[in-house]
Amino acid sequence: MKKVMKKLALALSIGIGLNASLMSSSAIAAEDSVKVGFVYVSPTGEAGWTYTHDEARLYLEEKFGDKVETSFVESVAEGADAQRVITQMAKSGHDLIFTTSFGYMNPTIKVAKRFPKVKFEHATGYKRAKNVGTYFDRIYEARYLTGVIAGHMSKTDTIGYIGAFPIPEVVRGINAFTLGLQSVKPDAKVKVVWVNSWFDPGKEREAADSLIDQGADVITQHTDSPAPLQAAEAAGIYAIGYHSDMSEYGKTAHLTAAVHNWKAFYAKRVQQVLDGTWQSEDIWRGMDADMTQLAPLSSAIPDDVKAKIKALSAQIAEGKLHPFTGPLIDQQGKEVLAKGVVMDDNALRKMDYYLAGVEGKLK
Amino acid sequence: MDIELITNILYATIRTGTPLLLVALGEIICEKSGVLNLGQEGMMLLGAVAGFIAMYHSDSFLIGFGAAALTGVLISLAFAFIALHLNASQVAAGLALTILAAGLSAFIGADYEGKTVTALPALTIDGLAAIPVIGKALFAQDAIVYLSWVLVIVAYLFFKHHRAGLAVRAVGENPSVASNLGLPVMSIRYLAVMFGGALAGIAGAYLSLAYTPLWTENMTAGRGWIALALVVFASWRVERVMLGAYLFGFASIMHLVAQGLGLSVDGNLLAMMPYLATLAVLIILSRNPQKLRLFEPMSLAKPWHKGH
Repeated sequence: MKKVMKKLALALSIGIGLNASLMSSSAIAAEDSVKVGFVYVSPTGEAGWTYTHDEARLYLEEKFGDKVETSFVESVAEGADAQRVITQMAKSGHDLIFTTSFGYMNPTIKVAKRFPKVKFEHATGYKRAKNVGTYFDRIYEARYLTGVIAGHMSKTDTIGYIGAFPIPEVVRGINAFTLGLQSVKPDAKVKVVWVNSWFDPGKEREAADSLIDQGADVITQHTDSPAPLQAAEAAGIYAIGYHSDMSEYGKTAHLTAAVHNWKAFYAKRVQQVLDGTWQSEDIWRGMDADMTQLAPLSSAIPDDVKAKIKALSAQIAEGKLHPFTGPLIDQQGKEVLAKGVVMDDNALRKMDYYLAGVEGKLK
Repeated sequence: MDIELITNILYATIRTGTPLLLVALGEIICEKSGVLNLGQEGMMLLGAVAGFIAMYHSDSFLIGFGAAALTGVLISLAFAFIALHLNASQVAAGLALTILAAGLSAFIGADYEGKTVTALPALTIDGLAAIPVIGKALFAQDAIVYLSWVLVIVAYLFFKHHRAGLAVRAVGENPSVASNLGLPVMSIRYLAVMFGGALAGIAGAYLSLAYTPLWTENMTAGRGWIALALVVFASWRVERVMLGAYLFGFASIMHLVAQGLGLSVDGNLLAMMPYLATLAVLIILSRNPQKLRLFEPMSLAKPWHKGH
């Protein structure tokens, strides 16, 4: 009886959700319920990259109820181990599998070939297939805004930035942050320190301490551990978190954080699998789709700055403000983008140079 | 570079070197007795998680570090039983210990992943801490840093001036002769391994309670292995291990500071320095086998049973 009711409800929802022409084709492919799998690179924990994905997984369970069954495997090493885990997930009847780390790219593509009926979504990658989509958020939009906040909060006009690896994704964030900072204080500097690791609390702590010692009074990071927040808290300065709200690690230090939000995107993809309309896509959206956010702003930030951030957020979401709009000058003083021109996605994806205002060398 | 920056670099060097110093000191004593325990990284991880959980619930640093030391002792006993009692290969047993402990610590700590506690406060000695350049590094540290200095002095005097220290060395050089002289070889080796376990546990807890007060899987990030290299670097001398730990700490700090200063030194090159130094020491020592024997405990890692 319950099953009949479920089918009825599903038929109704399809009838309401789709127009008649689509209905006949998709009704065949539509599914009763979806089994969604998640592969995580680190433990879910209390904050960080994997935490944001797991929050969205829990949101799916809450939103779809018994139409969705989710499972996850955490701390899966990138490479051969990942292929084993993804294969196991595909074998055990998952319809949709989210592989949430860059290093899962080749394993995902390989497994997807063997399981053409299973749909895959790979975060941060660029290789796609008929049943493999890719997605990422435009975290640089939030970076720009955190740069604006840092510009208002810094007294030394020196900001410390802890980077994991000098790859375009991280460099883009540093440049966006610097542009935001310099929109407030044109002469402020960003000091970058690379720790050559995504996750090493000890190293991140050392890096934060060394930046603080060199006069930085706001610290931000493109690494995964909350250690820089703790360093800022201990030194009595400010810090801006990354991935998720990190305020519990530095109650007075934490100004805000550049945050990923996968909830709406995951819900949309699951709905599409339910409806039978899922297609491989290359998704790169930001504040317009609410995929990129700022964590709640600290009470230390003055009200007028808060209002300004709110207004800028709205402008970015509406597409009226793009952080990378010319004229842009690189570290050597060369113009990389002419006045009034907005950088295209291709150039954004390949960014391998510092803009003026960033200190340090990029090889 | 201004004075304040140099002051802070020295301070950070000591803090960064402290977990290395503690583990390496424990390992040196263990190796002096002829036992090679490659399980340092694992024992550190278990110490870190046990210390964190104890501190999280008790809110007492004494209980936190005590639990970490105790956990280190217990897990090192498991190693000692396999490697000494059952006479299994010390290398294999040590590696197994690290692999086991890495998994076990992640399992025990699963519910505490990403949680945080208040950091171990500094015990600043007013007046002395205000001395320019060195004051902050020497007199504004936390209790564990001071403890590590006391331990270095005690260990140095122990090996230099105490009969028991001589006994440990005798056991490490030639257990059969030591046994014939009436020394309890097994007991001495067990004690040395346990001492190493306790220090590795405290070193792990130093990371999870003082340096970066949080628990997360694999948070030691290879520091246990660095400590093993450090023992070789120090050529099994207590005073040199202290120098080495701070040298390693300094290199690790400088590679970050240099970047922030915009110095045109390759960061990776600086990060390599400690390992290059270790290799250099190994090469210098092993050029002359006679010389190497002067430093390395002769029966290191060799199985031994009474009557053999």
